[in-house]
Amino acid sequence: MVPATVASLEGVTKRYANGTLAVRGVDLAVQRGDFVSLLGPSGCGKSTVLRMMAGLIAPSSGRIEVAGGGETGDIGFVFQEPTLMPWSSALKNVMLPLRLAGMARAEAERRARAALDSVGLAGFEGSYPRALSGGMKMRVSIARALVTKPRLLLMDEPFAALDEITRHKLNNDLLKLWEAERFTAVFVTHSVFESVYLSRRIVVMAARPGRVVEDLAVDAPYPRGESFRTSAEYAAHCRDISQALDRAMGT
Amino acid sequence: MTVTLSANEAADAPEENRAARYAGLTAEGWFRILAPTLIGVLALVGWEAVVRINEIPPYLLPGPLEVWRALIREWPSLSVSLLVTLQITFAALFVAATLGLLLSVLFAQSRIIEMSLFPYAVILQVTPVVAIAPLIIIWVDDIRLALLICAWIVAFFPILSNTTLGLNSADQNLTDLFRLYRASRWQVLRRLRLPTAMPYFLAGLRISGGLALIGAIVAEFVAGTGGRASGLAYRILEAGYQLQIPKMFAALVLVSLTGIAIFLAMSLISHLALRHWHESALKDRR
Repeated sequence: MVPATVASLEGVTKRYANGTLAVRGVDLAVQRGDFVSLLGPSGCGKSTVLRMMAGLIAPSSGRIEVAGGGETGDIGFVFQEPTLMPWSSALKNVMLPLRLAGMARAEAERRARAALDSVGLAGFEGSYPRALSGGMKMRVSIARALVTKPRLLLMDEPFAALDEITRHKLNNDLLKLWEAERFTAVFVTHSVFESVYLSRRIVVMAARPGRVVEDLAVDAPYPRGESFRTSAEYAAHCRDISQALDRAMGT
Repeated sequence: MTVTLSANEAADAPEENRAARYAGLTAEGWFRILAPTLIGVLALVGWEAVVRINEIPPYLLPGPLEVWRALIREWPSLSVSLLVTLQITFAALFVAATLGLLLSVLFAQSRIIEMSLFPYAVILQVTPVVAIAPLIIIWVDDIRLALLICAWIVAFFPILSNTTLGLNSADQNLTDLFRLYRASRWQVLRRLRLPTAMPYFLAGLRISGGLALIGAIVAEFVAGTGGRASGLAYRILEAGYQLQIPKMFAALVLVSLTGIAIFLAMSLISHLALRHWHESALKDRR
């Protein structure tokens, strides 16, 4: 497969209306099929970068291009909270992007069922968010993001609020989905371990102002499983990334 | 390679409370009914005892049994009046709910409209209905319509202000999600803002139900002093003039029972509409 750029940022700067300089001069190109993590301390603007890629906020200056970004459903977004509509069942929540795009109810329902099944939630279609655990809600959120078959999946610390066991399981399941569906993933996280386990490439950011300081590859093969999590290779990558993060926070 | 749910996640899912039920209610449910009932019975017995022991004449304070007899005796005229009051109350509540909802949706579409009109809604709310009821009764020939307008003025504001607040309370991330999928203004309203506003609207409806009754009664009093009414308030006035105090109490009891019934009806509507998702309707889950 010829690497093609799915999303590119050139000299992107964002200054909020209150004067805060969120990010300055960010250059970043995300290749098709890649799994990229944006790693950095709080306030380094990684969420801002993600939201600009989604088109939810506009950059103050610089250029952002997302291939196919003109079509709805080409970008999936998973928020830090599950962000489900509490008044709708899991199925209705997953159907939302398709219904908003004007798809007929029957077809939308068929696809939403398939998406829920793909995240391991077959049988929970009729459950309301209130009756689901944190991990299950996040699975619904992922199903909703994937139901449109997006080219680009943007995730903003999706597992930060989950317990460790659930987080590991969802990391594994996310990788399985990524390998099966071949979307391009950009994953924002605070966690060195999570970024190493998931990504092929880690972009380390520093704060005040938010900027990219290092860009490192994690060249371990997929599928990655529990054996990778306990390997010396994994430990070495974690050490490298931790040191990169320390440098980012020291400067 | 398939993705499956872990036992850890499934175990974390909140379960419905499986407390034992007796004749359809939990022990706590029965307590919530029986405890206030017991207090009520004790109060009535005490009241009857005080009246009998002190031999208080019925034209000063009738005992509950005397009030009950008056209620039975006067039921033909009281029931007609009750119906009149109920009709005015529910018509006013219906108009208040419909107009309140429509106007709040209009407010939600534009800050300019909201800022221009909201102060007038406040003026309508803060002006005591007793003070303007005589004017309305003079201006509007149809007495029922006049009473309806008075009740509506009182009932309207809570629905308007609550629903407006609700429409502006949509979750920021969900709003972003709708933007990501390029939802139209109408889709955002129908699928996000209106459902978000639903609990607020229903809370407003619960307040307005009681207020519509109060508005109707107050307006009837004003109209009744002019001799032009037939609702429950008019019966209270009439009984007062004729010193039929037990009948006065009977009419008063009907007004209170009506208020309670309206409150319970609105609570039931609210519970049925929100039972699947809203915290307020999920008290029996842990």
